[in-house]
Parts: sequence; C-alpha cells; structure tokens
Amino acid sequence: MVWIIPLLPLIGFLINGLGRNFLSKRMSGLIGSGVILFSFLVSLYVFFNVKNGNTHVAQYFNLIDIKAFKIGFDFQIDQLSSLFLLIITGVGFLIHVYSTAYMHEEGEKDFAKYFAYLNLFVFSMLLLVMGANYVILFIGWEGVGLCSYLLIGYWFKNVDFTNAAKKAFIMNRIGDLGFLLAVFWLLNKLGTTNFADVFTSAYLSKLSATDITGITLLLFVGATGKSAQIPLFTWLPDAMAGPTPVSALIHAATMVTAGIYMIARSNVLYNLAPITQQIIMWVGLATALLAATIALKQNDIKKVLAYSTVSQLGFMFLALGTGNYVAAVFHVMTHAFFKALLFLGSGSVIHGMHHEQDITKMGGLKSKMKITYITFFIGCLAIAGIPPLSGFFSKDSILIGAYEHNKIVYAIALFTACLTAFYMFRLLFITFNGKFRGTEKQWNHVHESPSAMTIPLIILAILSAIAGFVNVPALFGGGESLTHFLSPVINQAHETTLSHNTEYMLMGGAVVLIIGVIFFAYTKFKNFEPKEDTSAFGKTLENKWYVDELYNSIIVKPLQAIAAFFNNTVEKKGIDGFVNGVGKAVNYSSRQIRLLQSGQIGTYVLLMVLGILLLFIIQLFF
Amino acid sequence: MNPQNIWITFPELLVWFPLLAGLVCFIFKDNSKVKSWVLFASIITLCISFVSLYFADDVKYLALNKAAYTLKYMNKGQFILGLDGMGRLLTLLTAFSFPIIFVATYNTPYKNAKSFYGLMLLAQSGLMGVFTAMDAMSFYFFWELALIPVYFLCSRWGGEKRIQATFKFFVYTFAGSLLMLVGIIYVYLQTQGTNGALHSFSLQAFYNVNLKPTDQNWLFWLFFIAFAIKMPIFPFHTWQPDTYEQAPTATTMVLSGIMVKMGLFACIRWLLPIFPLATAKFDTIVIGLAVFGMIYASLIAIKQDDLKRLAAYSSIAHIGLMCAGIFSKTDVGLQGVMIQMFCHGINIIGMWIVIELIERQTGVRKISQLGGVAHKAPVLTILLVVIALANIALPLTNAFVGEFMLFTGLFSFNYWFAAIAGISIILAAVYTLNMVQKVFYGQLNEITASIKEIALHEKIILCVVVVLIFMMGVYPQPMIELTKNTVQLIGARFN
Repeated sequence: MVWIIPLLPLIGFLINGLGRNFLSKRMSGLIGSGVILFSFLVSLYVFFNVKNGNTHVAQYFNLIDIKAFKIGFDFQIDQLSSLFLLIITGVGFLIHVYSTAYMHEEGEKDFAKYFAYLNLFVFSMLLLVMGANYVILFIGWEGVGLCSYLLIGYWFKNVDFTNAAKKAFIMNRIGDLGFLLAVFWLLNKLGTTNFADVFTSAYLSKLSATDITGITLLLFVGATGKSAQIPLFTWLPDAMAGPTPVSALIHAATMVTAGIYMIARSNVLYNLAPITQQIIMWVGLATALLAATIALKQNDIKKVLAYSTVSQLGFMFLALGTGNYVAAVFHVMTHAFFKALLFLGSGSVIHGMHHEQDITKMGGLKSKMKITYITFFIGCLAIAGIPPLSGFFSKDSILIGAYEHNKIVYAIALFTACLTAFYMFRLLFITFNGKFRGTEKQWNHVHESPSAMTIPLIILAILSAIAGFVNVPALFGGGESLTHFLSPVINQAHETTLSHNTEYMLMGGAVVLIIGVIFFAYTKFKNFEPKEDTSAFGKTLENKWYVDELYNSIIVKPLQAIAAFFNNTVEKKGIDGFVNGVGKAVNYSSRQIRLLQSGQIGTYVLLMVLGILLLFIIQLFF
Repeated sequence: MNPQNIWITFPELLVWFPLLAGLVCFIFKDNSKVKSWVLFASIITLCISFVSLYFADDVKYLALNKAAYTLKYMNKGQFILGLDGMGRLLTLLTAFSFPIIFVATYNTPYKNAKSFYGLMLLAQSGLMGVFTAMDAMSFYFFWELALIPVYFLCSRWGGEKRIQATFKFFVYTFAGSLLMLVGIIYVYLQTQGTNGALHSFSLQAFYNVNLKPTDQNWLFWLFFIAFAIKMPIFPFHTWQPDTYEQAPTATTMVLSGIMVKMGLFACIRWLLPIFPLATAKFDTIVIGLAVFGMIYASLIAIKQDDLKRLAAYSSIAHIGLMCAGIFSKTDVGLQGVMIQMFCHGINIIGMWIVIELIERQTGVRKISQLGGVAHKAPVLTILLVVIALANIALPLTNAFVGEFMLFTGLFSFNYWFAAIAGISIILAAVYTLNMVQKVFYGQLNEITASIKEIALHEKIILCVVVVLIFMMGVYPQPMIELTKNTVQLIGARFN
C-alpha cells in the first residue's frame, strides 16, 4: 500500500490542475493540504512498520524491459526512505497549510495552480526517495527540478523571476548530465540500476576501482547541481524569486537535500571510492565557507537564508566526504526543521511588511510580531548550534567526524560554524531589534500573521528545539537511536575513537566560541544603522565573490560567441554558401556553354575538327 | 487463416487507400467539402492501421501482412509489400499524424484546397509505401512518390521564398536519390534470383547478397548520403531549415514528423543489414558526424529568432542522436531509435501545431516580437509547456525513454561520444526554455494583446498529443514489444 503515499499528491495535483477554473480558494487549499496530510499519516504507518523490521521492495511494472536490461517501476521501503518520507510529507504538510494564508492575495485560478505545482513537487520528491533504482530516482530528480522551475517562475510576468527559473533548471541539467552518464555506466557494466543489485555487485568487486570512482564522481556531479554545491550553486540564491513557502519547502527542506540522500543511499559505492570522498569533503567544505562569507553581507532577508542553506548543505557534504553518512542524514533532518522555520518566519516578516524584503528597512519588529520573533529566535539558536537544540547535535557530529579525519578541515569547519552564528544573529538583530527604519505608514501596517501561518511556525520551532534528541551521542549517555535505526542501510565507515574528554573539550570549546560570536553580533547590530561598506573585501562579499560574473565571462559569453560563429559563418557562409555556390556555378557555366550554340555551321565544324584532333593526340601519346 | 480467402492485405490497404482517397480529392467541385473528406479518409486509414496491429507478428497471420505483384515484363521482378514490426510502428505514426494535422489546421485557409489536400494524401500513400516496401524497386518508387507531392505542396502553397527553398530541397534530395538508384542497380546485379529469374530486387535477396568488402565501402556511401540528406545529418542539412520555414505548416509537419524518419528507417532496413562490413568500418565517422551535428545544431538553435527555424534546428539535433543510436549497432540503441522515431514524430507535430496557432493569430513567428501569451491563452501555454518538456526529454514524457536507450547504446559504443552528445541535453534546455520564456511569459505587447484562447478542436487535438506523450512515457512497453523482432534481426547481422 506504499503506492498510496505518492499517489495522493498526484491526485491533488490533477484535481487542482484540471479544476482550477471551478475550485474556490478554500477548496484548493483544503485539497492541496489534505492529500499531503493523508500521505503523512500513511508514511507514519510505513515508518513504524519499517521500525519493526518490515522493509521491502515493492514492484509494480516494468518501465523498460528489453533483452539487455530491465528497469522496474519499483519502490524501496527501508529505514532511509521511510525517514525521508516523514520529513517530506510532515514538513510539506505544514508548508501547505502556511501557504493557504501566505498566498491569499492570489486570484482563484493562480491559487489552484500554486497548489497543483506544490502537490506535483511532493509527488516527484516522494518518487525520488522511494525509487528502488537509479532510474526511478532520476525521474523524481528531474521532476523536482521541473517543479522548482515552475514555482520559481510562478509570477511569470516578471522577467527577472523567469530568468531565475531558467537558470535553476539549466544549472540542474548540467548536474543531471553527470547523473545520467553514471547511470549509463552502470547499465553498461552491470545491466542493472537496482540499488540492491548494484551494491551487491560493487561489494563482490564486479566493478573495477576506475568504474567505481568514475560512477561515484559522476553521481556527485549530479548532486552538486541539485544540492547547490561549488561550482553549480549560483542558482539557489536566485531561486528566492519564488514565493517564500516554496523556498522553505523546495529550496531548504527537501529538494536541495536530494543530493545528500542519493549519496547516503549509495554509501556502499562511496566507501569504495576514497578519491571521490576526498573531493566531496573539500567541495563541501569550500562551499560551506564561501556561502557563509557571502551571507555576512546580504541585506535581502531571503538571500541570507539562501546562502545559509548553501553553506549548511556544504556541511552535509563535508560529513558525507568523511564517511559520516548518519551525521549528514541527521543534519538533513534537523536542517529541514530549522531552515523551514526560518524561511517561513521570513515569509511572515515579508507578509507583515507587505512584500518588503530588505532588512535595512526593517528593525524593531519584535514588538509587533511576537510569535514570529520568538520562533525565529529559536531557529537561529538551532542553526547556530546552541545546546540542547537540534542543530547542536547534528552539527557537532559533523564536526567531530571532521576532527577525526583532518584537523585543518575541522578548524575551517568550526570557523564556518562561527560565521553561521554571526550572520544568522546579524539577521535576527537587524530585523527584530533596534528601531524601525521604514516609513511611519509602513510601521502602522506591520502586523502579526494569521494563525494558519503562526501555528506551523510554532510546530516547527518545537521540532527544531527537540529533534536533536533522536540521536544523542553516547557521550551524554544517549542511545544514538538514529544511528542504530539507519545501520541496516548505512555502513558507517568507522566508529568514533576519540576519548570522551577530547569530545567534551571540542564540544565545549565550540559552544563557547559560538556564544561569544552571538554576543559580538548583538553588540554590533542591536542598534543597526545602515551605512555604505567601502572596503574592497566588503564589496567583494556583497557581490558574491563575482562568481556569476565569472561564469558569464568564461562560459556563457564564449558559448554565445561559438553559437554566433556557427550560425553566421559556418552555416550561412560556409555550408550554405558552398551549396548555393554549386548551384550558381552550374547556372553560370550553363549560361556560358549555351553561347557555344551559336547556330553558325563554321564554328561547329571548327570545334568538331578540334575535337577529332584531340582524340588523335590522346591515341598517340597515352 | 486460409491465404486463398484473402483478397486484400494490410500493407496494400495502407498504401492504396490513401492514394485512392487522394485522387478522389481532385474530382471534388466544392473546395469546402474536401476538408471533411480527407479527415474522414485519414481516420479510416488510422483504423486500418490499428486493426493491423492486432494481426501482428504471428505466423498464422503472415498472409495478411504480405502481398506480392509479379511484373510480367520486368524479368519476373516482384513488387512486394509487407509489414513487420518496424513497418507497423511507422505506418502507425503516418496514420496517426495525418488526422492530427488535418484537425489542427482545419481553420487554416488554403487556395485551391482540393489539390492541396489531394497532394497531402498522395504524400501519405508514398510514405506508407516506403515503410512497407519489401523490395528495392518499390522502395525506390515510393521514396520518390513521397517526394513529388511534397515538392508541389511547398512550391505552390509555401511562403515568400518558397521557390528558392523548394528548389534547394528538391535538388538536394533528388541528387541523393540518384546516388541510391545507382547503388540499388549495382547490388541488384550481384543478387541471385529465384524462380528462374536472373536477379531479384527483393529484400531477402539483397540481404543474402555476397558483396566484396571493397564494394561495400563505396556502396555504403551511395546509400548513406541519400539517407543522410533525408534525415538530415550534418553537413547535408541546410535544405531543412529553409524548407521548414517556407513550406505551409501542414506540409512541414509531414516533413519533420514523418519524412525525416524515412532516412532513419532506410538506414535500419537497407543500409545496415546489406553492408554490415562497411557499417562496422565507417561507424565512427558517421557517429562523429551525427554527434557533432547535435552540438552544432543545438548551438545554432540558441541563436534563432524564428520559431520555425528553432524547431528545425532542434529537430536536426534530435535526429542526430537517433542516427548515432542506429550506428552504435547495439540492441538497446536500435530499440531506442524505434521508440524515438515514433515519439519524435508525435512531439514535433505538437510543436508545429503550437507554432501554427500562434502564427495564425498574430501573423508573427519572431520570438523577439512575441511575449506574455500565457495571460491570454493559458490552456495553449500549458499544452505547449508539456510538449516543450517532451522536447527536452524530461522523464515520464515519451522522449525520455527513447533518449535514455539511445544514450545507453551510444555509451556502450564509446563513452566519450555519449558524454559529448550529452551536452546537447543541456543546450536543448537552454533554447527550449528561452523560447517558452520569451513567447509565453513576460508582459503582453501590441502584437500579442489580440491573441485569444484556442478553439475547442485545437484544444482536443493538442490534448491528444499530450496524452500520447505521457502514455508512451510511462508505459513504452507496447512499442518495445512491437519492434523487438526487427531489432534482433538487425542486431544479429553484426554478431
């Protein structure tokens, strides 16, 4: 009965999509959210079944069935997928409910369209995590990319927004090519893409080291696209053009973690590819640091959160690269809660401020938006890693893993964690503390959001606070439930070898550092006044290290130039010129030869004699 | 089933019925009634094609699927028509396309409509003949028969520069055909005839012929160039954008939906099995051309401002992939071609319908002059977006299955080729989404302000296309079952 889980959102999509001309807003919202709620309930049931050891592969029909290989439409129900099912449908449901209020200004048709897209997204995301082979995973993978495209460009009148949507899709496609090549590679070597078969074959050394390194690297290329890592991360900040709940659901909680899911799912392969692991670790670390530095200087409330997401995803890849898969999945989960919370909180602010997103024009909002403020504050504490909130546990396990792997990596990661605390509290203090910097009229309009928005905020705040307890390390006498739960599907590379004292030291040091950073941010930003930053470094950060400009000049422009060269020179002048030239030459010579037919007998005779002579000469000499 | 009781076979019906129906058009007095007649006739053809699917691939139905006419005066030559899996698939595509085209262009006015529609049906008959021809003689005959009506359709009902474009088209394809004719005659002279005849044109005789490797080498190119022009493959492609642009859209649909498949089809039926040694020798060159052509055409597509030329170059890129799949000579690649030939036909016709609807309403095809169509015509936009997504082979649309298999085949031939060809996946997203954005999103302008939602019959026909896109994308197995025997037969010649 697991097929019900993705089917319900699909039905919701069809009803809202086809009935957009008839459905009232109330109905579309009800249907859109209702189907996700039911999916969530079924997912809960499945989760507890799995917890009791009932894992299985559900087979439905063959998508492709030829002599060389079979690709089945199969679902894999195990610990990893059931956990993701809960995150997707649970957080997804809250965000659907939130959307019913956030999008209330839309017309009825657009409202239904919005929920149709959102349902379609959940459907694709569920396919992605439920697929029992790489092809089904890829179907969901591209499906979520499509929904992301549709939702980023939801307000399609605005050219900037549709540009952002296009950019997201194309950058994802670059990654997808890597993914596809990995799948072709697997098919050619093994004739199967089923997870179980692939992992068994890899385990039995049916793949050479080159194969495994190549395949894992190509899969990782796919992950850099979907999960916004260097070099394919620049689409995610632009994707903030979409409605804020979309940013929360797609560009923070679920879709962008698909890359982490995929690599965690393939942990058997990655454990056999140390080179790939090294690359993932460094890419993750570099992304985390780069994005965190950019976040320091952004003034758009959503852009800060977007770069923060890129940075946190970098942390997850760092964990994957150090073979610490459980920590990555753990952080996916806690991040889903606190980042969804922060995005929805920012949505509440934007809603209260009537579509103002610039934090330099806000300030002092805490007196008017109490619930938003408190929940946002909890979110900031969680992402900064203050115990005992969820982010503390998940980030700590990533950092400990990094420490065991490489001390320099650990140092950079810790520094990045401090930056995280700094930019998040900068955002918090500038937005909610100090005095209001907008007009008086704006101030009078500021209001707390309706309960359909605040209740999801409260639930997510509670989850952000307590979710860490699912994997309390042995250090605190915890049972590491998540690690045990996932152990059948994830082969953790190694067990912790650090002594408890070292761990206490590292952890305590990190917490003290972060609290220090928060106080520093408080003193600096509690009475924030906007002023121009003129330092070159500040400008570079404000301009996001000029990465977009770099890509524009080394990829987009040369490509355009080649295209223009092919179009104007090779095609029109070269090939077509040659073809038309042949035509012209034939025309020309026929016109010339026609002149020979002058009608004068004398000329004909002369030519005839010349011809006969020529024949004689040929006869004589050759 | 007793052969004596059969007075007509499926291939005969598929070929002769459209021919007759087409000739009937010319005797119509009233130009307005001819539309209904051709629509009716093309639906009958579709029904015949559907029924023929039921009688597929079983020995007991053999007599229903093969017909031979013995020609008294031509050295006991035979004119053989037959249906195999691949033929069934492509005749089905042909049968499917024409009603779709007729409905979609129902509101397009044509001068002298009876000749227009008559010629369209003659073209259909020629195409059916190509796909059912089981001997080289009738193959060549229908190959040309399909070309001639299209030539008149372009030159009489086309756009401003139609004469120039048609002339180019005709010379190109006719030159190719002549090369092929030389090749056919040469191979014919090497064959062993049966029943007392000295030689034979039959497909079987051609397959059994023993050609020296050196002969194969030059014969391969005679045939290949003819087929490459038809597909078209870089650098034989420059007739195509001009012709697509200038031809009336209904004819362009026939050209791009079905006629380009003639080249691919002919490669599979005639080129590979007859010249296996030469194919194995030249495969890298051909695939190299095809793959380069994919990137080349995709890049040029980015620079196009005319919707028709954009679709033309996009089509060249897609055909390039199919050609590469054929010459990978793998089962999965060939199977991918089968699926993709059908799916590309449906999808590109859908694309042309959208272009035609926009042009008819606005009189403009320039991407830069359009914008905001989604405000006025949301249904058209949704349907177009689905077709565009199929154009970039998004999973669960029909093109994904085909391209997936083609790339798998190409990868096993050479993974670098697959990787380079893969870049076209990215470029396809660039030009397709660009087009969607510029034409359908953004603000309305003076030209698009007057656009209206499309009529009911146009909605229905586009919905048919969209439903086909999803049906074949989610469950392509019937197409695989239909053609797998043909694939194995061709594949077996290389083992």
